[in-house]
Amino acid sequence: MTIDRPAGLDIDSTATPARLTLSGRLDAEHCAALWPRARAALAQGSVVDASAVDYCDGTGAALLFDLIQRGGQVQGLPERFAPLLAELEPERPLTVPRRPTPPRLIARVGLFAAEVGREAHAAISFIGEATAAGFAVLRQPGQLRLGETLRVATSAGADALPIVALIAFLLGVILAFQSAVPMRQFGAELFVANLVGLSLVRELAPLMTAVLLAGRTGAAFAAEIGTMKVNQEIDALVTMGLDPMRFLVLPRLVAVACTVPLLTLFAELIGMFGAALVLIGFGIPMATSASQIMDFVDMSDYLTGLFKSFVFGLGIAGIGCMRGLQTGSGARAVGASATSADVRAIVMLVVADGLFAVAFYYLDW
Amino acid sequence: MAIPLVRFEGVRFAYGENDILRDVTLSVAAGQVVAIMGGSGSGKTTLLRLIGGQLKANAGRVEVDGEDIGALSESALYERRKKLGMLFQFGALFTDLSVFDNVAFPLRERTQLPESMIRDLVLMKLQAVGLRGAAQLMPAELSGGMARRVALARAIALDPRVMLYDEPFTGLDPISLTTIGSLIRELNDALGAASIVVTHDVAESLAIVDYVYFVAEGGVIAEGTPEAVRESSHPFVRQFIAGQKDGPLPFHKPAGAYAADLGLEVGRE
Repeated sequence: MTIDRPAGLDIDSTATPARLTLSGRLDAEHCAALWPRARAALAQGSVVDASAVDYCDGTGAALLFDLIQRGGQVQGLPERFAPLLAELEPERPLTVPRRPTPPRLIARVGLFAAEVGREAHAAISFIGEATAAGFAVLRQPGQLRLGETLRVATSAGADALPIVALIAFLLGVILAFQSAVPMRQFGAELFVANLVGLSLVRELAPLMTAVLLAGRTGAAFAAEIGTMKVNQEIDALVTMGLDPMRFLVLPRLVAVACTVPLLTLFAELIGMFGAALVLIGFGIPMATSASQIMDFVDMSDYLTGLFKSFVFGLGIAGIGCMRGLQTGSGARAVGASATSADVRAIVMLVVADGLFAVAFYYLDW
Repeated sequence: MAIPLVRFEGVRFAYGENDILRDVTLSVAAGQVVAIMGGSGSGKTTLLRLIGGQLKANAGRVEVDGEDIGALSESALYERRKKLGMLFQFGALFTDLSVFDNVAFPLRERTQLPESMIRDLVLMKLQAVGLRGAAQLMPAELSGGMARRVALARAIALDPRVMLYDEPFTGLDPISLTTIGSLIRELNDALGAASIVVTHDVAESLAIVDYVYFVAEGGVIAEGTPEAVRESSHPFVRQFIAGQKDGPLPFHKPAGAYAADLGLEVGRE
């Protein structure tokens, strides 16, 4: 077998129009170099002599096609390569369709608004369906899938204890230490317990637990349900006559809404314990810290905190499930669902927490 | 002919402005296995979704066992779906449940049967598809053909009146293919059900079905028994059965974008 020569291009510019001679291997590797030169030299009616071509692949055929389209006449292309070129139908002028123009600014604003509207519609109908399923289960409690609910409660609740404990402990220690140092200047270290206790119970413990949950559980729900959607498992459920709302969403909502307040309570206790440990270093015995907190933080503070975490839990689980059910097709869609569930859950937390703050301020709780 | 279990009458369906089905009329009787053939994107799977009630027709009637599916409420639909069994293209087994639990799933969720009876039923269904020995395996441990047989066992767990098969032959080796094909036929005869097989596998489906509908351009363009179809001179049917590239169904999707796709900015005179 002879070794093919690399692709070559001779341009005879003395002839009018210029005459091009192609030779050697016309393949993807070699064509790239001579393509621009060939294009530049070619004029209407140029003869392209391809008789010295040893090898021609798809790229070579595309080069010839391009030259023909630009008005060249290919001559002497070896017989065995002719079908490749014929497949491209080079003699037929191709109409180039107009490229779709990108929408103008106003159109884009409109499209964005329509998208927001669709999202809102989807969210509202999801909330409605979930509520309807919830009422159906309240009427017939046997319909709730207990096994699934407990499984989710374990993974979203019990398994989250270590990480919640870690963050809450750190939160208590940092809060206590950072406020004790300046408070000592006024001899007010004792009130650090009040400060930490109140801020943990009313704000920080519900919020931090919810943020952890959004990352751990909300994204997991979206990925889990999203994968089921991609695998057609959701379709299979529906054709068996089983409502995915009751089957997949409701157990998760119930499990999370029940476990998050418990997790929050746990976080509050651990956080206060951390703060009390720091205060021992400032000469305040643990019993004193405890009685300070007991006196200062009353029942309504606990209850508002727990109520908030209940709502946060519902929101996080709901967003996770909704994103999961909305998953498109393909592996990337699952990742996108998980990410968007996480981000949306955190945005929801911030907005909801702000609303709660305003509401509680006016209600004077 | 007996009363049809599934009947389409002048069904039109569109996604947005895009007509998928323009005017489809067909019927399937109990005991029949019917194939619906057509190229990719001809609306075959849409037909199945209309029967399941996941989609609603824009016009016309879709009847299952004499009831107009489009007129039913959501909760009534869930109830009616008990009568339906569906085999998905890739099985759609629940990946976190074992083979046994997958087949037991519809029985546990949709019936009040005691667990001991469910066990017997599941083993019987698995026996029917020849996979009783695989009961304790997880779906990830099955080959593609086995997974589809398990999915078939799950789909027939509730002894449905109407069985729907979405591309049951895709991606199977010749042996699994024949196995699935004969299972479809045998199960249908045993259950006295009506089966609809959506497929583009010509040879395998012609061997097992009673009747064939060809769907293209939004409607049924040809129909008949396998013998009649083999003899048919209809150009579309000929093209489809012989697998010819050129015919009434164009190989090239209508588009002038070839040059643009190639990045060649010429031809724009």
